[in-house]
Amino acid sequence: METPRYYVPHSSPWPIVGSVALAVTAYGAVNFIHQSTEKVGAEGSWGQPVFFIGLAMVAFMMFGWFGTVIRESIRGMNSELMDRSYRQGMGWFIVSEIMFFAAFFGALFYARIISVPWLAGAGNNLETHVLLWPDFADIWPLFMTPGGTATEAMEAWGLPFINTVILVTSSVTVTFAHWALKKNQRILLPIWLAITVALGTTFLTLQVIEYRDAYTELGLTMGSGIYGSTFFLLTGFHGAHVTMGTIMLAVMLLRSLRGHFSAENHFAFEAVSWYWHFVDVVWLFLFTFVYWF
Amino acid sequence: MAVTADHAIPNRSPLIAFLSRWLLTTNHKEIGTLYLWLSFTLFFIAGAMAMVIRLELFQPGIQFAEPLFYNQMVTMHGLIMVFGVVMPGFVGLANWLLPMMIGAPDMALPRLNNFSFWILPFAFTLLISSLFMEGGAPNFGWTFYAPLSTTYGPPSTDFFILGVHLMGISSVLGAINIIVTIFNLRVEGMTLMKMPLFVWTWLITAFLLVMVMPVLAGAVTMMLTDRHFGTSFFSAVGGGDPVLFQHVFWFFGHPEVYILILPGFGIASQIIPTFARKKLFGYHSMVYATVSIAILSFLVWGHHMFTTGMPLAAELFVMYATMLIAVPTGVKVFNWVATMWRGSMTFETPMLFAIGFVILFTIGGFSGLMLALVPADFQYHDTFFVVAHFHYVLYPGAIFGIMSAVYYWLPKWTGNMYDERLGKLHFWTAIVAVNMTFFPMHFLGLAGMPRRIVDYSLQFADFNMVASIGAGMLGLTQVLFLYIVIKTIRGGDKATSRVWESAEGLEWTIPSPAPLHTFSAPPQFPIPEEAYQHD
Repeated sequence: METPRYYVPHSSPWPIVGSVALAVTAYGAVNFIHQSTEKVGAEGSWGQPVFFIGLAMVAFMMFGWFGTVIRESIRGMNSELMDRSYRQGMGWFIVSEIMFFAAFFGALFYARIISVPWLAGAGNNLETHVLLWPDFADIWPLFMTPGGTATEAMEAWGLPFINTVILVTSSVTVTFAHWALKKNQRILLPIWLAITVALGTTFLTLQVIEYRDAYTELGLTMGSGIYGSTFFLLTGFHGAHVTMGTIMLAVMLLRSLRGHFSAENHFAFEAVSWYWHFVDVVWLFLFTFVYWF
Repeated sequence: MAVTADHAIPNRSPLIAFLSRWLLTTNHKEIGTLYLWLSFTLFFIAGAMAMVIRLELFQPGIQFAEPLFYNQMVTMHGLIMVFGVVMPGFVGLANWLLPMMIGAPDMALPRLNNFSFWILPFAFTLLISSLFMEGGAPNFGWTFYAPLSTTYGPPSTDFFILGVHLMGISSVLGAINIIVTIFNLRVEGMTLMKMPLFVWTWLITAFLLVMVMPVLAGAVTMMLTDRHFGTSFFSAVGGGDPVLFQHVFWFFGHPEVYILILPGFGIASQIIPTFARKKLFGYHSMVYATVSIAILSFLVWGHHMFTTGMPLAAELFVMYATMLIAVPTGVKVFNWVATMWRGSMTFETPMLFAIGFVILFTIGGFSGLMLALVPADFQYHDTFFVVAHFHYVLYPGAIFGIMSAVYYWLPKWTGNMYDERLGKLHFWTAIVAVNMTFFPMHFLGLAGMPRRIVDYSLQFADFNMVASIGAGMLGLTQVLFLYIVIKTIRGGDKATSRVWESAEGLEWTIPSPAPLHTFSAPPQFPIPEEAYQHD
């Protein structure tokens, strides 16, 4: 029986470039934070440029590394088995991303089901309530923290709902792009992709407007208690993922214009669309539990 | 055998050649070696910190370490041992062994493999450099509970946070690589239920890593924003809760302790049959037990938090679920013993360490069972009894597991036999020292000595002195281990390809030392007997 040959790449500079890049980013990030919050012993302002240099190095590494992989794919060095490795690898990566969001959803549910009711005296916690913050009431969204910081809640049926429609639509358009690719419709593929990128960009723009409203009109900030904390970390990390996804989709658009994909062989495209569906599903959970209920 | 000659570029200075070999490599054996040496180096660094701790606890009073510095030593010792020694040690073994055991030419994603490794030296430089920063290193224990790590943590805590992020990236990428390798690159005919147990245990471990390392990343991210961006996840004044930190941390932390031991189970399951000259007893039940342990590990994090005031129903659920884990673990111990039962046993060094592993890990398991009992835990919580418990599962458990693996496969890696006399000396001094160090801690804890405190009251003096003397011995024996490893690499009796007369598995069909590239053409499976007869 003929066993497929598995391509084992020669030595590669990208891993070490990536490691140095991550280290520079991390080192720059901490100094950036320390210097801008004026921690003791954190004089100077070089943290910020170092952080951005680190990020640029990460981008350079990804550019170079993915470029190498694309060249290998175009030369036909990837067996079917290799393709399966990439597919499974991407799948497990998305699993790990789901678990990352799970941590923040866990914090949200803990606050809503446990810590906020307990602080208001639920269960056997009456003494906590009476002795610490007797005026505190268990109302979600948390308009008033035990310490007395006030905020207004973000209305679900305004911008957030529009964003939901946008993101769900973009999941549909990316699927249309995939169908176009599979049917070898070379004109429709970039059009649907461009629409998807545009929807992603619109989503992000509206998100920025929503954040501005939150800070300026609602008084909803990262500092407004556990409601603001979970709100901004969940939507913020989701927004970061949408940004990554939009960039990835834009790259796919450029590559499709260069004719990189064939109807049979287009794993990079599929990986990006999986990722895009994943961000979409996370948003549906966000909309339901952060904005709606 | 088709060998791709990637390192044979002439006319380069030795330094450049050396650097480009080790920095740019995509070879699973070279990357495995890098992991193992990183783990070994950090083992001595974190071990030196343990020596500082035991030196300080040799007598009551404050002798060598100021309380703040003592706290830093306790914290860094724990963090480095967990994330820098045991985890990279096991990943190094996985790199060396998995492709050889399943007949694959390399890991499925070789460049990613190198990336996973090279993140780690930077991460640990970041972490260890915090010792020299203003305000000192993290000093809140390896569990970094809020608010010690948020409101009261030193500035270097942020370097620790980013360091943990880097380690997390490394672990997740490494775990994905391992899962994909095992699912995809097995030789024709090796179904899941024919995989060697080391492969099985690593598959489960990698799954746990993918599931929980991102949660740890979430926990440290919340710490970071609580510290600097005004959020109040772990602050009751904003509606959050310091106990939330413990929930998130232990949701990661409990599966993490199985990450630290499951590959050790796999190693024992490879080694014991070889030296008992019998097939492993109950292969299927071993697999199912591993899977059950992994699933249960997601449900029992609360047993680290019995004294935080959880609702009674939660405490009871967690208590029973924890005790349930003793069942699959008991199945494993029973299977190892049954494998040895009436076997033609010989006691070479790897077997000695494996038996030491089974016996002492079981002691650690039993003390874990004691800690699982809610009312009893109210007494034991945060005492040296806990320290005794997890050192029994980690030192004679995880570390002995790694050591027995090193003795077992070192001849395969280097082509040389280690010095059996020295190996036995290493084992016997280590097993005496490990018990001398950690057994008295049970008594200290039961008598009420709290952990993580620089000083103690007079009645604890005798046992602490015994433990400190044991710890010094234990430290010295590991220098002997280093000597044995280096001596084996430099020379010794030539190893045959099978090395051990009844060892089974694909890795024993290739020459010793294993050539840089193996199984470019897939081997035969099931392994025909003549495949072992090279020499």
